[in-house]
Amino acid sequence: MKNLVILGAGTGGTMMANHLHHHLHSPDWRITIIDERQEHHYQPGYLFLPFDVYSPDDIVKSIKEFIPEDVHLVQQKILRIAPTENKIYLESGNEILYDVLIVATGAKIAPEETEGMRGAEWHKSVFDFYTFEGALALRDKLRDWQGGKLVVHITEMPIKCPVAPLEFAFLADSFFTQKQMRDKVEITYVTPLSGAFTKPKATEALEHLLKEKNIHIESDFAIEQVDNTTKEIVDYGGRRIPFDILVTVPTNKGDELMARSGMGDDLNYIPTDKATLRAKNYENIFVLGDASNIPASKAGSVTHFEAEILTENILRFVHGEPLKEEFDGHANCFIETGNGKALLIDFNYTHEPVEGSFPFQGIGPLRLLKESRMNHMGKLAFRWIYWNVLLKGTHIPFVPATMPVPKQQ
Amino acid sequence: MEKLIAGKSVAVNEEGYLTDFSQWDKSIAEELAHEAGISLSPRHWEVLTYLQNEHQNQVALSIRRIGKSNFVDIKEFYQLFPTAPLKTATKIAGIPKPVSCI
Ligand SMILES: Cc1cc2nc3c(=O)[nH]c(=O)nc-3n(C[C@H](O)[C@H](O)[C@H](O)COP(=O)(O)OP(=O)(O)OC[C@H]3O[C@@H](n4cnc5c(N)ncnc54)[C@H](O)[C@@H]3O)c2cc1C
Repeated sequence: MKNLVILGAGTGGTMMANHLHHHLHSPDWRITIIDERQEHHYQPGYLFLPFDVYSPDDIVKSIKEFIPEDVHLVQQKILRIAPTENKIYLESGNEILYDVLIVATGAKIAPEETEGMRGAEWHKSVFDFYTFEGALALRDKLRDWQGGKLVVHITEMPIKCPVAPLEFAFLADSFFTQKQMRDKVEITYVTPLSGAFTKPKATEALEHLLKEKNIHIESDFAIEQVDNTTKEIVDYGGRRIPFDILVTVPTNKGDELMARSGMGDDLNYIPTDKATLRAKNYENIFVLGDASNIPASKAGSVTHFEAEILTENILRFVHGEPLKEEFDGHANCFIETGNGKALLIDFNYTHEPVEGSFPFQGIGPLRLLKESRMNHMGKLAFRWIYWNVLLKGTHIPFVPATMPVPKQQ
Repeated sequence: MEKLIAGKSVAVNEEGYLTDFSQWDKSIAEELAHEAGISLSPRHWEVLTYLQNEHQNQVALSIRRIGKSNFVDIKEFYQLFPTAPLKTATKIAGIPKPVSCI
């Protein structure tokens, strides 16, 4: 019997287990999936937690619920991969051999990379919303905040869901407007990029929205430190931006396990072929989701597109056939713009987000690069789709018969 | 598009980055530096050459990499090319503006 091992039971790992168990099963194959956590988090929901739109129950479920019964689930921390021995070392001292390995250990925040970020003010006036704990701490802070300077900040690229900090700024604008205290809050958006986004067309649309919502933008800001005494962020050029609340997206990195295994780059991402999704240096190791270094967005939608192509490539690999070079970096994401509206953008390695509409069966056209209420409903529906369709690896993601139909047009 | 720099017509993109490195020379660098309000010292030239070599070796340039390069630290990099050093320095060096991953 051969062993296929999946590291990480988050978005990507769970999808792969659900895809592959139909094809690789006993008596020839055994699939094992390893994760140190008990719970699966719907990370896009972290964006809504601080504004009391979602409650913790909406976004946390048990990992077990989504893993097929014939897949062996191991709930332990992975210490390291020994690629030359085809072996995984677990914290418990156990070892697991593999014939084929899929790495889906994701990315996480590393506030310790920036001086002063995890300092005295951490989770007091310096917050992240990329972790469950951070988003909850921020929710508690915002519930009775009286106003002041709100700074929304990106430390460095790449980050997961690169539009999430912008969405945060938009949602903050409408949150404070609804609380009738928008005039007491000054919102500044600080980015290391030269504009609101990395793709010129989307940047134009987004900067227009920032202006409209009276959100000030500071670009080309490469942070050196958080000054906890004066409550300012300081960049290498000496530029200082004061805050009463700093909502930062710290440096994102792959798991430390890559450093321990000697397999990652300087941010612990695994060098991966961007078309086949195979690790560059290892024949029998494949990588999907946030753990790879491919130049695509680190997003659940990308992971979903990757999972379909990777499934085919894994099957080709085990049958000794050449891999398909098919992945094009396809990403689509809803961008919440506040006031119950959202944008939808769709792009890949080479194509910029286009204006037009994106046909989803059952929900109708969603407008790309134009704010609409439908897009907002799409974003909210995405949570339902995530739990009920995407994780289970269903091929066509939008099944009309089971889609909740948005109430408002 | 074409732009006249230091008396030569060179191919540039919308943001003014050279699109053909073979057209780059020192007088072009000096003129581009001048446009950015920088006068090039020997140390500037060392850093520009370093960036050109990295680019040639297909290293993706980022502030983080520069910081870890042991060639120039980020503070000094900012002193040499103020405000947005990577953008400014790559433009003067005649190499593409680094794309930060989306
Ligand atoms: C605030 C926020 C908003 C987002 N919004 C969107 C959105 O609107 N749309 C979108 O498409 N995407 C969004 N994303 C991104 C999306 O959540 C991720 O891209 C996606 O979850 C990546 O899946 P993954 O399988 O690569 O990693 P993950 O889902 O993060 O899974 C990694 C798993 O590996 C496990 N693991 C890691 N290291 C170890 C170890 N050493 N031992 C054992 N287990 C380990 C972890 O416990 C985890 O369960 C958002 C993310 C954030 C943070």
